[in-house]
Amino acid sequence: MTGFSGYPRSDGRKGIRNVFVVAYLVECAHHVAREIALRFRDREVHLIGFPGCYPNEYAQRMMQALCTHPNVGGALLVSLGCESFNNRLLREQIEATGRPVKAITIQQVGGTRAAIAEGEAFIAEHLPALEAAVRVPMQADELVIGTICGGSDGTSGITGNPAAGRAFDMLIGDGAACIFEETGELIGCEHIMAARAATPALAALLEESVAKAARYYATLGYGSFAAGNATGGLTTIEEKSMGAYAKSGASPIVGLLKPGDVPPKGGLYLLDVVPDGEVRFGFPNINDNAEIAELMACGAHINLFVTGRGSVVGSAISPVIKICANPETYRRMADDMDVDAGRILEGAAELDDVGTEIRDLVLAVADGARTRSEELGHQEFILTYKSFEPIGPACLPAA
Amino acid sequence: MTDRRLLLLNEDDNVLVLRRGIAAGERIAIGTGHVETDRSLNLGHKVARRAISEGEEILKYGAVIGVATTSIEAGGHVHVHNVRSNYTPTYSLPEETR
Repeated sequence: MTGFSGYPRSDGRKGIRNVFVVAYLVECAHHVAREIALRFRDREVHLIGFPGCYPNEYAQRMMQALCTHPNVGGALLVSLGCESFNNRLLREQIEATGRPVKAITIQQVGGTRAAIAEGEAFIAEHLPALEAAVRVPMQADELVIGTICGGSDGTSGITGNPAAGRAFDMLIGDGAACIFEETGELIGCEHIMAARAATPALAALLEESVAKAARYYATLGYGSFAAGNATGGLTTIEEKSMGAYAKSGASPIVGLLKPGDVPPKGGLYLLDVVPDGEVRFGFPNINDNAEIAELMACGAHINLFVTGRGSVVGSAISPVIKICANPETYRRMADDMDVDAGRILEGAAELDDVGTEIRDLVLAVADGARTRSEELGHQEFILTYKSFEPIGPACLPAA
Repeated sequence: MTDRRLLLLNEDDNVLVLRRGIAAGERIAIGTGHVETDRSLNLGHKVARRAISEGEEILKYGAVIGVATTSIEAGGHVHVHNVRSNYTPTYSLPEETR
């Protein structure tokens, strides 16, 4: 099965969900936005936002990419009124796509109660049309799939990550665009990875992106490595990297993206998540959801999340498929997991079996099946400050 | 000699990965002999496939994942207490550094 159905968008992409997003554009508007979203708790209304009061080009671009993501069918923007975020520009960008959008400024409408009432009324007016929207046929070559690993342990790189890599190879074979990321977790395998680049120019850029990550993390004094990784048997960042790298599968790498860049065609892409320039805003991605937000900004419809220690997170906007690498964790937390990859370790399945299971699940979820984290109501989201230079022409495959 | 509880990921490796937890005092097969573990080890952790000297590279997946900071006996736990990164130091909670 490679055919399913999705929601057509004006830019030619298709969505696998029809989410109405409520976006706060500064932390001061977070409560009002949350109250509005909570009034539609069991419907597809998700909360996203940016907490900062200072201007940031990256955050502006991320919010644009997310509010016009193919899985999003409408947006409500909530501002306090004195923050620097350009809510008018964002509203116009969303409006231009034909999606219903409204911007509410709490200071203008008269405070918390009035803003909540106005927001609730707007969503109540437009949500039924989103829910009744007709799906059209969609193919695997219209999908963008991301992968991340979180709460990694000594099993991640042996079971879950290589199984996700097999699924990536199959999806790429069907024409999908697949994105792996966290250059900070590729430190130590940059040469092996660069050898898979489609062009020599791209190979040099892949190596440079990891070198940048190594410099960045060295300045910060910590690698992309949490205490729980060590408890789970991982000893160094290089070891974690080799395991994380397995998520990329074996396909040639055709491009290097930065957050907000949408793959122009199918194939395997690396997402460079480490900011350019001097170290400014702290850790590149302060947790797993910051990475998921960036994959979504690149158009990811679904993200494969491999965990060993047992992460429970999902995401706003795009479903997360949770692949559990560790059989002991799976037995403890089965409710939160979509795929039991740990059975590879116990000799009960081969990598290809689990890879096929993941690929089939991607297509089922694309067709509307709900993941465990969706069922449990997980809609985590975070966006923080960063800065990037645009990618150059050698980063993308010829159209 | 293969111990079903231990996984060799690449022929070049000098570490083996535990497929399941092993309790302190259990015997594990290493090389041509047996070693008694001096501590309980969890699934996903590593033991030395052979004796490793101080300064020697640690190989897993056939790739260098760090350097031994002390000599490690065959069958010994290979982890943050006897391996360092060639890139950034590993952060772990105090109870990990045994």
